[in-house]
Amino acid sequence: MSISPQNLILGTAQAETTDFKIGVLALQGDFLEHVNVLRQLGVQAVEVRLPADIAGLAGLIIPGGESTTIGKLAIQFGLVEPLRDFIKNGRPVWGTCAGMIFLAKDIGATGSGGHVEPPRLATMNIRVNRNAFGRQVDSFEADIPLAFAPHEPPFRAVFIRAPRIEAVGEGVEILAKLSDGTPVAARQGHLLVTAFHPELTNDWRWHAYFLKMVQPNWGTKP
Amino acid sequence: MTTENNVPNSNEESGTWRVKVGLAQMLKGGVIMDVVTPEHAKIAEEAGACAVMALERVPADIRVTGGVARMSDPALIQRIMATVSIPVMAKARIGHFVEAQILQAIGVDYVDESEVLTPADERYHINKHIFKIPFVCGCRNLGEALRRIGEGAAMIRTKGEAGTGDVVEAVRHARTVLGDIRRLQSMPDEELMTFAKEIGAPYELVKETKQLGRLPVVNFAAGGIATPADAALMMQLGVDGVFVGSGIFKSGNPAKRAKAIVEAVTHFNNPTILAEISKDLGEPMVGISVSSLSEKETLASRGW
Repeated sequence: MSISPQNLILGTAQAETTDFKIGVLALQGDFLEHVNVLRQLGVQAVEVRLPADIAGLAGLIIPGGESTTIGKLAIQFGLVEPLRDFIKNGRPVWGTCAGMIFLAKDIGATGSGGHVEPPRLATMNIRVNRNAFGRQVDSFEADIPLAFAPHEPPFRAVFIRAPRIEAVGEGVEILAKLSDGTPVAARQGHLLVTAFHPELTNDWRWHAYFLKMVQPNWGTKP
Repeated sequence: MTTENNVPNSNEESGTWRVKVGLAQMLKGGVIMDVVTPEHAKIAEEAGACAVMALERVPADIRVTGGVARMSDPALIQRIMATVSIPVMAKARIGHFVEAQILQAIGVDYVDESEVLTPADERYHINKHIFKIPFVCGCRNLGEALRRIGEGAAMIRTKGEAGTGDVVEAVRHARTVLGDIRRLQSMPDEELMTFAKEIGAPYELVKETKQLGRLPVVNFAAGGIATPADAALMMQLGVDGVFVGSGIFKSGNPAKRAKAIVEAVTHFNNPTILAEISKDLGEPMVGISVSSLSEKETLASRGW
């Protein structure tokens, strides 16, 4: 049983099985990738498709996927208000890529294709531009230093038709930037967003960071 | 910001394998719909499609019209790309690497090297590794899937029989691929080389598939899906998502049916919800029973 930066980076960390449950919004997208990381870290993971699935969750991850699809399905199956309540009650929520769009208060210009404002929770004080780096041909990976672990090696981040954080409001802290200064990860209290996909890599430091938002002493038991 | 002329930092890299496979991972649990006009594309996006396939004729019409089916007019594809914010795919003929170069030049998000079009090469597929944009390819069994991945396909779809509205071949191909993988998982390692030889697949990919217990890339179902129940059937068999071609825009009420199929893929394991969303969808596409087709009329037999 050990959680060190080294075995988080290598994806070999093993922790005590948690007594709390983390939900992963499973309407569309790469929710299983998040579920797999959580389970390998000893966390009970629950797929959330209907409002009833939210009961008893300590935190929630909104995965990557197509933001218009996820937004429409969330409305159709009555998830928007229950998820807003979940956030109001102070439960930690982490959005990756499409999940970041789903949490953002404002949507700016769309980088490619027609402009659509996908339905969303609109709870986090950021403005996000969809597909802001371009189409798939412009999707990329990059090393980013981590504000919460400045002495550790950078994180290899995967950006897929990624959104860009264009502006941040009050109470929002930037956690990672590209080399040109573009912010790509941010936190506002118990809300976390990343424009990239930690669930596509074997480096589990972002998942560990989120689990500590849920329970500060997570991973510290010997 | 990461195009070749404007790389801000040398550690930023585009067109990598992880980025190619990654887009397919974002499409999982979703429906990719064939569209022939920007208006169709808008309807598909409104219905919740996770991507669209831009083409001039849906497979059902290709069957009726006959003749040589080729890559669509780039202008049509670009009009569709300008209309929707979701990813846009387009088809190139099997082996026609110049059609694929053209599709990359206009910036489509995924190329489908597709048996629905008339093959340009009866021996070789496209070398997909050398492209920056990712490819999806059809398969009927594990050997065919791993050959395509070996050539660089970053996503696989079972072929089914496009343009029929008959799900039987999609089921056959999904069961064959997934059954081959289950068989592989129970094999001792000393049998893998002979198995690789028998199915005509690269040995390293056979080993990797055994270890993962699934294909190394995302696997969708395609070819004959016409109803929400068809889509949920394929999901319960174990695929990651579905392509719907003629099934939507050859039906009585495309907008409603498209939305229902999207919902069915999310709630594929919930028969109560499936019953609700299957109601009052209007006429499905008429369809052709695959068993009435001669071998020469099938599209799935194209690809080597």
